[in-house]
Amino acid sequence: MGRTVLSHPPQAAPATPAPSRFAARTARIPASAGVGFKHTHLDAILADRDPVGFLEVHAENYMGDGGFPHRALERVRQDFPLSLHGVCMSIGGPQPLSADHLSRFKSLVDRYEPALISEHLAWSTHDEVFMNDLLPLPYTEATLDHVCEHIDRMQDVIGRQMLLENPSTYVVFENSTMSETDFIREIVCRTGCGLLLDVNNVFVSATNHGYSPMSYLMDYPMEHVGEIHLAGHSVQEDDEGEPLLIDSHDAPVANAVWDLYAIVVKQAGPIPTLIEWDSDLPDWPVLRSEAAAADRILDEAAHSFMMGKSHGRTGHAVGS
Amino acid sequence: MPSAPDTQDLDAVSIRAAILDPSRANPPTVAGPRGKQAVKRFNVYRNNVTVSLIEALVDIFPAVGRIAGPTLFRDMAREFVRAHPPSSPLLFLYGHEFPTFIETFEHAARMPYLADVARVERAWLTAYHAADLEPLAPQALAAIDPEHLGDATFTTHPATALVRSSYAAFDIFDANRTSDPVGKIDASRPQNVLVTRPGTEVTVIALPDGHEAFFETLLSGGTLGEAAQAGMEAAGTFDINDAIGGILSTGAFIAAQAAN
Repeated sequence: MGRTVLSHPPQAAPATPAPSRFAARTARIPASAGVGFKHTHLDAILADRDPVGFLEVHAENYMGDGGFPHRALERVRQDFPLSLHGVCMSIGGPQPLSADHLSRFKSLVDRYEPALISEHLAWSTHDEVFMNDLLPLPYTEATLDHVCEHIDRMQDVIGRQMLLENPSTYVVFENSTMSETDFIREIVCRTGCGLLLDVNNVFVSATNHGYSPMSYLMDYPMEHVGEIHLAGHSVQEDDEGEPLLIDSHDAPVANAVWDLYAIVVKQAGPIPTLIEWDSDLPDWPVLRSEAAAADRILDEAAHSFMMGKSHGRTGHAVGS
Repeated sequence: MPSAPDTQDLDAVSIRAAILDPSRANPPTVAGPRGKQAVKRFNVYRNNVTVSLIEALVDIFPAVGRIAGPTLFRDMAREFVRAHPPSSPLLFLYGHEFPTFIETFEHAARMPYLADVARVERAWLTAYHAADLEPLAPQALAAIDPEHLGDATFTTHPATALVRSSYAAFDIFDANRTSDPVGKIDASRPQNVLVTRPGTEVTVIALPDGHEAFFETLLSGGTLGEAAQAGMEAAGTFDINDAIGGILSTGAFIAAQAAN
């Protein structure tokens, strides 16, 4: 099967597009590797003779009225396709989405014409308190209703399809009644959203909760994936002294995550892939080399995908 | 339509309360997988929230952090984060109450200038993200009939802020926004600080004597005549031509209105 991400119509048909200020860079992100854009890398990104495939930004960092952040984003947007990644929409929470935040998000979509738009299966705001973390939710019929309402609302406002990212979690809920993959599949079915598959999050959650990441991936609706995230994690211990992985985005991608990633793209075909690195930022060449490593795996996947080898299940090559 | 709250399987109220108050037990529905404990597991969220918000304050107030040192700063920030968690997901809006909080923090009392340095840093970040607007052009001022210039009022640039201080807030701010060695500063010398952003770069200056009263009057909507009067009353050295030059050179305003 080829990728069918775009076969789901967006909730609202986009109006006839105005001529883009960012010619030829709007329509699609190539199935190549991109990186999270940090201002400290601005000059190096623009000077690099081997440019990355795309850049991704956290939407909230560009919700100020003006100043340097917008100058920087406008500049890189001239040269690179953009992925707009929301961190604070609180889609997983019980409250209605903030109208102000939706409106700010919509303004960014209109201004920067991102090729990909994504948010998290998580929550961060409740009763006017913003907790600045991606908090977990139980998977039940009631929370499914809330999440689907929120995604419908977001897609209505922005007039585009969004991709939903699977979380890294550290706890479970006693009142959950369905698996995360069933929950996500039902969201896609009801809302027509696409998926952002964070392979590091799969590995982190699987390790933390004692299941196989491969079994998660086998059960995950891969045909709806429009983007992949890769990131580094750190290791702590749980109450029983066993490894508890933290989605810290402060290190290179772990080998086990690279292995899972290779299996995913071999099976699903080449998909735009982002290296996330958000704290303890490395110099540009280090981040660039992580993207190059993803590109090599994508190239191999494209080759075997074109050769028609993608139909066989890959099996349980990776476990933990 | 939003669902009614009676079907909330996500107990956001308990989770929020437990995250912001570490003395509370875990929320009742939260567990570890397959019978495991969830104390350290839930602490990951407590830690993520508290530490990330402390780090946000470290980023917003680097000079305060350098002056206070990491231990005192993090003590202040941790208490502040729990007492005043952000209400907006836009963290560049966070920390407006932090300067006043510093004034009440007992262990910071020996650094009475710290709160004003924090006010300058908070104003710096507001200016950094402010709307891109052209500062008042000299021609706009020249276009006003000189006879009525005293009645003119000015529209403030959204980046502009005035911080009046009984301490050397500018010198202390300026010396501590870099990692360069800090020379001797007479902290007791009062300085008034104007923060503006005429282009992309934030500009922070110490105002000459009398100019703080002049700018304060204009920023609160007073006329140029009233501002000149305030400047002269504040300092015998006040020079109205210098002050009008400052209106243009600082970029603190975006428009001038002749009297109607």
